[in-house]
Amino acid sequence: MSLDKATVAKIAHLARIKVPDDELDHLAGELSQILTFVEQLGEVDTQDVPPMTSVAAQTLRRRKDEVTDGGYRDAVLSNGPETAEGFYVVPKVVE
Amino acid sequence: MSYIQGETGDWEIVIGLEVHAQVISNAKLFSGAATAFGAEPNSQVSFVDAAFPGMLPVINEHCIEQAVRTGLGLKAQINLHSVFDRKNYFYADLPQGYQISQYLQPIVGKGEIVLDLPDGSSRTVGVTRLHLEQDAGKSLHDQHPAKTYIDLNRSGVALMEIVSEPDMRTAEEAGAYVRKLRSILRYLGTCDGNMEEGSMRCDVNVSVRKPGAPFGTRCEIKNVNSIRFVMQAIEYEARRQIEIIEEGGKIDQETRLWDTTKFVTRSMRSKEEAHDYRYFPDPDLLPLELDPAWVEDIKRTLPELPDDKKARFISEYKLSPYDANVLVSEKARADFFEAVAKGRDPKLAANWVTGELFGYLNKAGKEIEESPVSAENLGGLIDLIADNTISGRIAKEVFEAMFETGEKPADIVEKKGLRQVTDTGAIESSIDAVLAANADKVAEFRSGKDKLFGFFVGQVMKATQGKANPALVNEILMTKLKG
Repeated sequence: MSLDKATVAKIAHLARIKVPDDELDHLAGELSQILTFVEQLGEVDTQDVPPMTSVAAQTLRRRKDEVTDGGYRDAVLSNGPETAEGFYVVPKVVE
Repeated sequence: MSYIQGETGDWEIVIGLEVHAQVISNAKLFSGAATAFGAEPNSQVSFVDAAFPGMLPVINEHCIEQAVRTGLGLKAQINLHSVFDRKNYFYADLPQGYQISQYLQPIVGKGEIVLDLPDGSSRTVGVTRLHLEQDAGKSLHDQHPAKTYIDLNRSGVALMEIVSEPDMRTAEEAGAYVRKLRSILRYLGTCDGNMEEGSMRCDVNVSVRKPGAPFGTRCEIKNVNSIRFVMQAIEYEARRQIEIIEEGGKIDQETRLWDTTKFVTRSMRSKEEAHDYRYFPDPDLLPLELDPAWVEDIKRTLPELPDDKKARFISEYKLSPYDANVLVSEKARADFFEAVAKGRDPKLAANWVTGELFGYLNKAGKEIEESPVSAENLGGLIDLIADNTISGRIAKEVFEAMFETGEKPADIVEKKGLRQVTDTGAIESSIDAVLAANADKVAEFRSGKDKLFGFFVGQVMKATQGKANPALVNEILMTKLKG
């Protein structure tokens, strides 16, 4: 599968990655190559094979409905570039 | 069918609702942080909820049970195999950059909700699906002129998104849908239905069409947080769309919001791109497999739900569908009524509960749980009417005192001396006095002015401060007037 420039620009925008125009061609080529590589999987007939969700035979782990975590606001906020009064502070996002 | 009249004829509104209902649980959907409302900002946040690198989600089994319980309460198909997906988008209150949700394989499939409409009729609306997902954090935009403040306490709390079929045709039906869904969730104990605190939020899909035509293009009104606003937003939005179409324009599919101060809907994202959430199965979570026996166990613990209770109230107590609706809308109301009705005339019990009690509660802004009049005492009051200790009219006076003081009806009757006079001698002498004082009217009555009978009853009741037994007054008065 080969991607065109416009598709690559759209993917970059959805991922919020800034890509200069002159790099789009190059990226389109690289991404197309990756897709082509992965597409080889399509050669295997999986008509009657259920999707494999795990390599080990296990089921989804569950937790009890108990409060066992949280209550460490300072640790949570410590990586925030800006905080105030116990909140994360970000540029205004309202419209 | 009720249509809207436009310039070019009738229009039909088509409405579908997506309700986000916050699951009642102690901990979040995928972490052990608390869910309580109103905590200090960011005090109920784990590293999972704040999306720190390497943190993995582990599902809360009670939230699964709550979703299944809700599905069973909506008479819906329970999917024993369901899958969690990532819904990708960027927003400041979504630290993961994706919401864990369910897309192609939700935990609950098709179900239904029976609407109880104001005219007493019912209508069934289809439920498309119910899925589990994480809530996002909360953005506060009014704390700073150039900044937004983010509180992640709500981030990761379990939500049930309940999607209806586009089966509703009027704002009233949409209102009835939200009311009924809320009632069912509260009976089940899976969501508290508190719209002011945001534990129930509505996205409303509205389109219009000429009757019989295919569906029109819809607009989605996001995050409407009261039943009244849902109805107002639909009315406004339908008229807006009709106006555009009739002027030769076309509807753009878009997200709008309800402006609660200007009473209009307006476009939310001016340059909105087509949503591209790039859903894919969350690699951190295996599919959710349910044991059918476990689902059956949950089914056995379901309470009697509003529809069944309503049917029982109509057949067992011979109540009207309207009274039954009013009583079953909240479980606490229904329980109160049944306690009052036990061993008494159910129709009388229903009248007192829906009439006097609800009237007084409403005026006082109180819920039934806070009623100063207990079910036992209201029952006692009805007993006093039944055994002729007091008349129905005096009972209202006693009720007022009960509501103010919370005292027992018998005590109030004693204290205020309201016991009904059933002594025929005493009633007779009151009647004699009234007749003697109104000799002219007695003559008029005897010459055929029957209507005066009511006047005499009134005078006698006044003379006895309303305490005379009305049946005895009628009987003796009639005999004396005719004699």
